[in-house]
Amino acid sequence: MIDLPDEEKEPGEKYRQLEEVIARYEREPGQLIRILQQAQDIFGYLPEEVQTYIAGRLDIPVSEVNGVVTFYSLFHTEPQGKYKINVCLGTACYVQGAREILQEFRERLDLKAGDTSADGLFTVKSTRCLGACGLAPVLTVDEKVFGQFKRRDVAALLRKYRNRAEVKSGDQPVERPGAYQEGAPAGP
Amino acid sequence: MINRLSDLEHIRKERLPDLNARRGESGAAPGLQVLVCSGTGCTSSAGRQVYEALAQEITSRGLSPRVRVFTTGCFGFCKMGPLVVIHPGQVLYCRVGVDDVPELIERHFKNGEVVERLLYREPASKESKPHLHDVHFFQAQQRVALRNCGLINPEDITEYIALDGYFALAEVLLNRTPEQVIETIKQSGLRGRGGGGFPTGRKWEAAAAAPGPVKYVVCNADEGDPGAFMDRSILEGDPHSVLEAMAIAGYAVGAAEGYIYVRAEYPIAVRRLERAIRQAREQGLLGRRILDTGFSFDIDLRLGAGAFVCGEETALLRSAEGLRGEPRPRPPYPAQCGLWGKPTLLNNVETYANVPVIIRRGADWFASLGTETSKGTKVFSLAGKIVNTGLIEVPMGTTLRTIVFDIGGGIPGGKKFKAVQTGGPSGGCIPERYLDTPVDYDSLRRIGSMMGSGGLIVMDETDCMVDIAKFYLQFSQDESCGQCTPCRVGVRRMAEILERITAGQGEMSDLDELEELAREVMDASLCGLGQTAPNPVLSTLKYFRSEYEAHIRDKRCPAGVCRALLDYVIDEEKCIACGLCAKNCVAHAITGEKKGRPYFIDRQKCLKCGACLARCPREAIYTA
Repeated sequence: MIDLPDEEKEPGEKYRQLEEVIARYEREPGQLIRILQQAQDIFGYLPEEVQTYIAGRLDIPVSEVNGVVTFYSLFHTEPQGKYKINVCLGTACYVQGAREILQEFRERLDLKAGDTSADGLFTVKSTRCLGACGLAPVLTVDEKVFGQFKRRDVAALLRKYRNRAEVKSGDQPVERPGAYQEGAPAGP
Repeated sequence: MINRLSDLEHIRKERLPDLNARRGESGAAPGLQVLVCSGTGCTSSAGRQVYEALAQEITSRGLSPRVRVFTTGCFGFCKMGPLVVIHPGQVLYCRVGVDDVPELIERHFKNGEVVERLLYREPASKESKPHLHDVHFFQAQQRVALRNCGLINPEDITEYIALDGYFALAEVLLNRTPEQVIETIKQSGLRGRGGGGFPTGRKWEAAAAAPGPVKYVVCNADEGDPGAFMDRSILEGDPHSVLEAMAIAGYAVGAAEGYIYVRAEYPIAVRRLERAIRQAREQGLLGRRILDTGFSFDIDLRLGAGAFVCGEETALLRSAEGLRGEPRPRPPYPAQCGLWGKPTLLNNVETYANVPVIIRRGADWFASLGTETSKGTKVFSLAGKIVNTGLIEVPMGTTLRTIVFDIGGGIPGGKKFKAVQTGGPSGGCIPERYLDTPVDYDSLRRIGSMMGSGGLIVMDETDCMVDIAKFYLQFSQDESCGQCTPCRVGVRRMAEILERITAGQGEMSDLDELEELAREVMDASLCGLGQTAPNPVLSTLKYFRSEYEAHIRDKRCPAGVCRALLDYVIDEEKCIACGLCAKNCVAHAITGEKKGRPYFIDRQKCLKCGACLARCPREAIYTA
């Protein structure tokens, strides 16, 4: 029921794509972060094998690659959910109740230690300020931004994405833009 | 391809009528121009769909080319987005939805009527303001760094050129020596807009004086202070101003390569920059032998990967080299030893955005704005408990009161002002009695805060200052790179003390210990992140000590924020006995009978998770 097109790809195909990325940047100095970013786009995360492969191709120690991967919060060493929810915990969002929203997601998805739900659908994390403070509190699902979000909107959001995951790709329901703006205060 | 000044002049002459129409100046192009904000704020509230609907309707109804639609950068009035402005006349429509498009087409574009219901109303007088220049929020500003945001299409280099873009670069390449350029920047009094406030001209001078044939110019676009989004808006709304300034800087210090280090969390900014660099290369304004002179300069992007400490200059340079973004001690400063060990000039986005105007209008003009020690204007982002959240630019020296209450419209919901936080995790909380402080680098430092990058977060009576201090410390602790002990361990210990206090387990001696630890962390940390991390604690201890004492002595959170110190209570009048709260209570602390008497929360069993409060359909549950 959950279609994960990436998973169906042959690992060989992914490594071929990675090889293209490395070939493009290996001669430029200081492109390790860019290679890792694109490798993560290809594989969805950066497992040990991929880190080892990149280290071998760039002729640098795996420890150096792993040091970079673990330093930056945008790199993941574990598989991520199909939908990545990032709750902004910048100050503006924090004072408007973002912490409660994050907690609500964790409770609803029964997240204890990890950040990914048992069904593999959602990964929920907090993020640094997204710079959309005018719409606080803000969260993103993949690249889509939801502003003026309320704790009580959490259930509906999860339901919507769960339904979407069940629909075969190709006939996804057209979504009304700004559906979560409804609770927004009226203009002055 | 632009090879000489006359090519630039030709483009400007061709495109100027469109821009004159938008600025309300003579020599305007005929027809209507519809500008839709495409900044992050408006994009996330359906701005993109509004743009697409407008474009489609204008074509399908045969209104093109009399009516044309453009995307533009952030107007700064994010609270009222998505914003649409119609020229000529600068008619401002707020909170425009896709459903409003047919009415705009029929009434405004076809019949020339203004659609009253979409206009902005001044909150006090309820008077509608049809024109952007009549709205007080805009009237009160002076836009220098944001001069083109909301005016030009950031994805079209010719619109930037129409408003004198790249003419400053032409001027320095054709008529000035590098020394003269540096002298102009020094004379202008421009100081770094990223937080430190170091004189920009002196930085340029040091980078120019450093020996060696290879040097770099770098732009710090790793905007990290929570609540600050001016750099993002400049990159999204006017990317060429940064490219032009970097080329000017390259000429002044003798560099042929530039890098922009930008956060990967800013996807729109990254795309606009990529497009701007491509257009500038196509036009020959970046690349080899620019304007047929001996000067060559090109720019590449480096994407951050989510580490706040990379906003610190030495950490940023390491990260740009593809390494862990760990700071190193200074000196040597980047001007002597920067990217790959070469002399490197590093400025922030807003600093660069000021440079082309300073070259064009002169150092004296820029120095005439602002205060004695802080020249020019500053962009501030307004966020938190303030009516007009958004982005503004005012001369240095404007008071906090003017910014918060006049331009910002004050506190929403009739609540009382408590503090304004400046400088992000490195800054402090400023109480009401300092609201008349003129904002500049030095006066903010005197009252225990700092300018930072210009994020202003307003807090009202429902914000707990101990909780805010804890928030910032936890932020600094999360983002500490872990190299040096004072920051890695010291900040953690401070956060633990605050954790105890907000959990009702604090003691009065904790306050002395906090202050002592704060001094040590400030003195002994390696980089700016650790050295300034205690500021939010020190400033709240200084100005809001009574709140700390209430948490410790009375086990009470005056603002009603700290969970452990609150009781959840059901308002018997409002309770409809639906049972939702009891169903959601994991501690089984709520008892009652469906459709019977009001429900009741057992204080002893309550875990204070707040789940009941969030679920109650009648808002019958409150904290006391």
